[in-house]
Amino acid sequence: MITLTVDGKQVQVPEGTMLLEACQLAGADIPTLCYDPDLKRVGSCRMCVVEVEGRPGLVASCVTPVANGMIVHTESPRVVEARKVILELLLARHKLECHTCEKNGNCLLQDYCYRYGVTTSRFSGEMPKFTKEDPNPFIERDYDKCIMCTRCVRACEQITGAKAISVAYRGHHAKIATAFDGNLADSTCAFCGQCLMVCPVGALTSKLSKGKGRAYEVEKVRTICPYCGTGCTIELNVKDNKVVGVTSVRDEELSPVNKGALCVKGRFGWDFINSPERLTTPLIKENGEFREASWDEALDYIAEKLKAIKSEYGPDAIAVFSSARATNEENYLIQKMARAAIGTNNIDHCARL
Amino acid sequence: MANYKEIIATYKDKPGGIIEAFHAIQKEFNYIPEEALREAAKAFGLSEAEAFGVATFYSYFSVKKRGKYIIRVCTSAPCMVAGGDKLLEALENYLGIKLGETTADGRFTLEATECVGQCQGTPVITINGKPIPEVTPERIPEILSSYK
Amino acid sequence: MAQEMRILLKHADQINPESAEDYIRVGGYKGLEKARGMDPRAVIEEVKRSGLRGRGGAGFNTGLKWSFVPQDIEPKFVICNLDEGEPGTYKDRIIVEKNAQAVLEGMAICGHAIGSKKGYIYCRGEYPHLVQLLNKAIASAKACGVLGDFDIEVRMGAGAYVCGDETALIESIEGHRGNPRFKPPFPGVAGLWGKPTVVNNVETFACLPYILVNGADWFAGIGAPNYPGTKILTLTGDVVNRTYVEVPTNVTLREVIYELGGGIRGGKKLKAVQVGGTSGAFISPEYLDTQIDFDSMASISATLGSGAIFAIDETRDIVEIVTRISRFFEHESCGQCTPCREGTFRTREIMERISSGKGSIQDLKNLELLGKVMKDTSLCGLGQAAPVPILTTLKNFGHEYKRKLI
Repeated sequence: MITLTVDGKQVQVPEGTMLLEACQLAGADIPTLCYDPDLKRVGSCRMCVVEVEGRPGLVASCVTPVANGMIVHTESPRVVEARKVILELLLARHKLECHTCEKNGNCLLQDYCYRYGVTTSRFSGEMPKFTKEDPNPFIERDYDKCIMCTRCVRACEQITGAKAISVAYRGHHAKIATAFDGNLADSTCAFCGQCLMVCPVGALTSKLSKGKGRAYEVEKVRTICPYCGTGCTIELNVKDNKVVGVTSVRDEELSPVNKGALCVKGRFGWDFINSPERLTTPLIKENGEFREASWDEALDYIAEKLKAIKSEYGPDAIAVFSSARATNEENYLIQKMARAAIGTNNIDHCARL
Repeated sequence: MANYKEIIATYKDKPGGIIEAFHAIQKEFNYIPEEALREAAKAFGLSEAEAFGVATFYSYFSVKKRGKYIIRVCTSAPCMVAGGDKLLEALENYLGIKLGETTADGRFTLEATECVGQCQGTPVITINGKPIPEVTPERIPEILSSYK
Repeated sequence: MAQEMRILLKHADQINPESAEDYIRVGGYKGLEKARGMDPRAVIEEVKRSGLRGRGGAGFNTGLKWSFVPQDIEPKFVICNLDEGEPGTYKDRIIVEKNAQAVLEGMAICGHAIGSKKGYIYCRGEYPHLVQLLNKAIASAKACGVLGDFDIEVRMGAGAYVCGDETALIESIEGHRGNPRFKPPFPGVAGLWGKPTVVNNVETFACLPYILVNGADWFAGIGAPNYPGTKILTLTGDVVNRTYVEVPTNVTLREVIYELGGGIRGGKKLKAVQVGGTSGAFISPEYLDTQIDFDSMASISATLGSGAIFAIDETRDIVEIVTRISRFFEHESCGQCTPCREGTFRTREIMERISSGKGSIQDLKNLELLGKVMKDTSLCGLGQAAPVPILTTLKNFGHEYKRKLI
């Protein structure tokens, strides 16, 4: 075990622990932008710098291993000054339109500027002009708000494995780009939206939820994604009794199956919920025309027809085809019904959507 | 002109050899064509986005078409005090193009570079990598005349 | 009268650098032979005792650096850093052009000491002719059998100053963007492809054969005791002789500029000298009697760095020169960490504002604050050193800035 002192408090952690975790254990609240517990560390935003006595410069706590006897200051004047300057540098490149930004109230840059009282930047000058319209239906890419934390690049590679985006160019011209700096639709992007899940600012947002309510306006209802049997945890974002978006839960206990990762259907395929074209009652076709029916009527009709077919042609004249959108339990029941009630082994499943 | 696929195949077994392959492609085409970049990404097991990120990181690589001869003018401080700025201006005037542009006949592309390590002969330019020391505005026509 | 002391460049222009036979004729490869007769640990001890410190700029004890390499992990790599991108520096090019075989021999000595069979030379993209020269030199040494089972491969960079950083250089050899890695782990433990790797500068490797042949004590007795040996310097700017020299490390800046450099052109007065390349400090003439060795330079808050000496005369506009330098760092920042990516860009903006007469006193304060935070928080040496020319000129030549303010 390694013993160190953080803000006057002694803590013991196993060897190999990073300073960030040791500081958190000691109760210190360290601001981070590029750090993400599910992604490889890059130590590049430098927000998490702390002062370690005896070291010439400040150290990035997320990538600095602890050492015995370290004396660490997490909010010393030198640390606070550095963090303020870093925030001002980021503000100077960040298109400030919090009043219309989807991420207002749910933005780390905003939170840290609030925490450190950074209102304007002393270093403002030329702004980047990276953003151009990407015509895909799902992901809004506003790189004039990007702070180059590269979480999206790492999520794309390390969570999804799509590797659709990377850092291109160099220095202040560096930006997040697909190959040849084109549109996502022309890349290997699967539109899973893991990138917007990890984006700490408003650079990546959902086009489908645009203007429909900010994080603090919506009620989040945790549920299971209905699209397939994987059983991913999702959160329906509800405002005025309407689903206005889907977000995911990254906590492993609350989201044991997917830990926040979703596919394009789970994250973006929710707009059917409020669609006027959606079926709300069973329909029975008579003389080539559908008419509305009650559930009782529809189910009675099906039972009657199944019985008739079975007695005339035998049980194997019937096949049951179930859905991946149903749960395992529901699929179990339907096969039980096929085998036990109808008496056929003709049971299959759509396997995927 | 050599086929980019053959060029890439030569370097395929070199671990991390994509940069060497890019050099070889550029030697042939003076830039890295899109299809060559895609092929290189495949050969070296990189995503196309990553390969594009590598190609655009290094200032000697270009993903845009360039002229036959690439003139680079050193703009680092030692060349600057030796008259590098005036030389750049004179080259722009002589070629009738601005920095980063290519002449209409496709012959010359003018680029700025940082120090090329020939500081015994400041100011320095390079043409397709060959350093030419102690260049004065007066010498430009004579130097460029040998690049047809 | 200060004089050159040529060890590395003793046979310059007398031997063909490509030819191992030529080199052997003047005593070459005796150091490697001697090293191979010694226990690897004894070689490391010998190098440590010689006091040889890294010639790339950081000045770390070479033998000590080697001693951190774990013995039990295979394979291990030796990398020669020939990515000299520091403006005003071309000493490594000269060493290779004059004495390439000594570099190969030095790498093989290191290979024996740390137990590595594979070396890489990372040559900057600006030196394609050196790639050819080195490949021929390697072929010649192999043909003579002197390298034994030590293999050397040359890789070429493509125009990225940041790849002079050893971890960025490793990334580049691996075929990636040249982004420096955070440390630890250090390359000695986890370097190229995650394996133990020693990265040394060309000049450092070239010293090794002479240390092995003549002994650690001989080397330790040359020049300044804390930074012994010779150093190849490149003189640029307003000196009469824009040239390179190999000098013992205890010569003074004055001797270098006024004796070896022939003084300032046109009989003008010296305004300032920047030592160690474009990331170095600007020193005022009152410090000219300081020795060039690493620690003496550090004592006046300067760095010997790559050994570039850039002298400017009294008529030069130092703010304009520093503005140009700020543009260099903006261009060369890899863009990975916030303070460097954003800081070099904003620094250049502010410098241009001041240089064009539109700067305010607040701009000076902002420059100073920004420089301090960049030094304090940047991920690698580039971002940490980028503010040095600005901060040292603000301190030593502040009046030149102030007279340009609105």
